[in-house]
Amino acid sequence: MPTPPLTLPPTLPLIAHRDLDAVIAWRGGVPVGARQFLQEVGQVAEQLPPGRHVLNLCGDRYRFTVALMASIVSGRVSLLPSAHTPEMVGQMRRIAPDLFCISDQDKGGVDLPVFRYPEPMAWSMDAVSIPQIDCDQVVVQVFTSGSTGMPLPHAKRWGNLVRNVRAEAALLGIGARHAVVGTVPAQHMYGLESTVLMPLQSGAALHTGHPFYPADICAALDALPRPRVLVTTPYHLRALLAGQVAPPAADLLLSATAPLSGDLAAAAEAAFSCPLHEIYGCTETGQLATRRTTAGAAWQTFAGVRLRREGDAVWAEGGHIEVATRLNDEIELVDANPTRFLLHGRHADLVNIAGKRTSLAYLNQQLNAIPGVLDGIFLQPDDGGDGAPESVRRLSALVVAPELTPAALMQALRERIDPIFLPRPLLFVDALPRNATGKLPSQAARAFLASLLAQTTHRIPA
Amino acid sequence: MSATKQELQNEVAALVVSALNLDIGPDEILPDAPLYGEGLGLDSIDILEVALAVSKRYGFQLRADNADNVHIFSSLASLTQHIAEHRVK
Repeated sequence: MPTPPLTLPPTLPLIAHRDLDAVIAWRGGVPVGARQFLQEVGQVAEQLPPGRHVLNLCGDRYRFTVALMASIVSGRVSLLPSAHTPEMVGQMRRIAPDLFCISDQDKGGVDLPVFRYPEPMAWSMDAVSIPQIDCDQVVVQVFTSGSTGMPLPHAKRWGNLVRNVRAEAALLGIGARHAVVGTVPAQHMYGLESTVLMPLQSGAALHTGHPFYPADICAALDALPRPRVLVTTPYHLRALLAGQVAPPAADLLLSATAPLSGDLAAAAEAAFSCPLHEIYGCTETGQLATRRTTAGAAWQTFAGVRLRREGDAVWAEGGHIEVATRLNDEIELVDANPTRFLLHGRHADLVNIAGKRTSLAYLNQQLNAIPGVLDGIFLQPDDGGDGAPESVRRLSALVVAPELTPAALMQALRERIDPIFLPRPLLFVDALPRNATGKLPSQAARAFLASLLAQTTHRIPA
Repeated sequence: MSATKQELQNEVAALVVSALNLDIGPDEILPDAPLYGEGLGLDSIDILEVALAVSKRYGFQLRADNADNVHIFSSLASLTQHIAEHRVK
């Protein structure tokens, strides 16, 4: 398998498959070879409209991958916003006025010019060369939600993306014989890295589906040759283990987006008869560490990645990371080793629900920008209680908006923020208990919320 | 609607409310209003939760690739119809 380069060469290949007959994808039980894949990439690249910025909405993972690679070989930049709400798509369009979307559905579903993914495409047994991509080329822009309400871009260059996923494959022992199926969308950073780029850069094959229900996931996995890898999340794992299905044997489970309990990890390893590794990372840095949950709590960074404590903050740098990045989690280095660490939860302002991340500052900014909202605040769910870490807890919101109905406010929020962050409950109040300086300490807000919940029976369920 | 269909629909409404800890009564879910997105406002995490509860109670697995997932969850009435057709207990 290709090893992660420590210093980057000028270019790296689009795929790492050894020859053109190697299987690169599985579609409906049918293998697709590298030759066909590369020819389709070339055809899509020729047909793309003139814009240099792309929103890749293809739901089918194979089509997403072809469209992404066609964008890369033609020098285009794919934008990965954190949501596809009308507000967010509008902001993407302001950032990149030439933006168009590639969709494999008749309706793009967003307010952008649509390029319909062309299918079927002709291909032949002709030889085709594997494109070499400049390592400095920006191929993807991912966005995090800034506290000002404007999405913050993070440029991903080809060389470092390749270095990242090759380091991952090397740590996990994934190579040319593996097939990879994912339950996470390719448009999410973890999905992009582990279900698209890692297979392409380790010579493995990707499964084209995006199975959702437990029975779908089992069927997709069962249809692949071994060794096979399931790339998933704590929520899907919990559903799989509770879902009265008999999981087929696998060779590796990957979980990311939220912490996994030791109990669930052990149960998953038993059910699938294979090891489970968790991946840690964030949008800014991409994936940067892994651990086998049942073997201990400490995380091991990818090749070259080092952590550094500076006062209260921990920074990640080196390896594939473009610029030193402050991590939004409470992190403890093990024995002052910059490559081993423990994770103790998120910072107070960071929101992570079912693997989607944002900040309270961003959500509050969006809420207060809605016409008719005089004041409003989002509150984190309680961390207490007996729920496992993989159970989903929702945000609450308190709002002063005498002219708005609950339904109208929810609709306005739906157009601005990812549905996973919609508040449950959303409570209308006459005023928020701000102190003399206009601040609302989170303790005071929580106490106020608790007193309201104790006395009210009229709540809005989202 | 037959009395048994109505009973099943009430039962499914109660199942959705309890699976998701919603702060509303089962009778507040309108039979023909969308469950997903607008309307009741469920998202994919909720749908997975409801699917689990359905498989436990009615003994069959929901599938997305052979049935139209969006259609099944388009309303309480269509979810009830799907359960009525596929339940084994």
